[in-house]
Amino acid sequence: MVPISYYLVLAAILFSLGIAAYLVKRNVITIFISIELMLNAVNLTFIAFAHQWNKLNGQIFVFFVMVVAAAEAAVGLAIIIALFRSRQTLNVDQVNLLKG
Amino acid sequence: MNELVDTIMHLALFLIFGGLAVLAALNLLLQRHPINSALSLVVVMMSLAVLYWSLGAEFLAAAQIIVYSGAVMVLFVFVIMLLNAGEEERTKGSKIASIAGFPGAAAIFCLLSFVFLSEGHKLGLSHLGGSLDEATSNISQISSLLFTDLLLPFEVTSILILVAILGAVVLAKKER
Repeated sequence: MVPISYYLVLAAILFSLGIAAYLVKRNVITIFISIELMLNAVNLTFIAFAHQWNKLNGQIFVFFVMVVAAAEAAVGLAIIIALFRSRQTLNVDQVNLLKG
Repeated sequence: MNELVDTIMHLALFLIFGGLAVLAALNLLLQRHPINSALSLVVVMMSLAVLYWSLGAEFLAAAQIIVYSGAVMVLFVFVIMLLNAGEEERTKGSKIASIAGFPGAAAIFCLLSFVFLSEGHKLGLSHLGGSLDEATSNISQISSLLFTDLLLPFEVTSILILVAILGAVVLAKKER
């Protein structure tokens, strides 16, 4: 029997590592990967709370998060391909067309 | 006696796979090549699937492996290989980002874990495996909920996937 708070702290660790990777990485694909890491960390908290309250709502929520994440990954990677085709780079520092 | 063995086994399961997830996430952060980051995320997702199973979410553990590490990460690896992404180079922007980013992430981690650990005694203990309702399996419970009360959101997700497919095709199409 592991306290539920351990699972929540594990999710907090994964979420902060995702934030750090999101801020530090310069490659647009790696930034996208760290977004997926943050989504997974939040899914773990949903499932831990669903277990705590003996309700299925949290698991249903995770199911919908997975569906949205899959759709988001497809569209996001298509955007990355279009970006690479027009700019010939994956470095976010060189993709600054909107910068004033 | 049996209870004690159960507790130790559950704690060992949590520590092994939680530690594996944290190590793989650290590896994701430290690696320079995107393919290494993508493969470490697969390790994170696999170990999270084991933790989902230990929390009684068998359906989501299977879906995590099939959808996330099976479909989504294959798509990522495919795009990395298609675009021939190499190691990222350090730039001025990345130095500023790491000076601001690491303390910010550490602050968020400290805040979250302080809240979770100080309020942790109000939350209970987790029991290994499903504790929802022993009579029916997790999958039949989720499916009966999904096809009765939540039928409309479930059908809306199919439209969302359709729109995502169309969007991906239009965006990735070669311009003429």
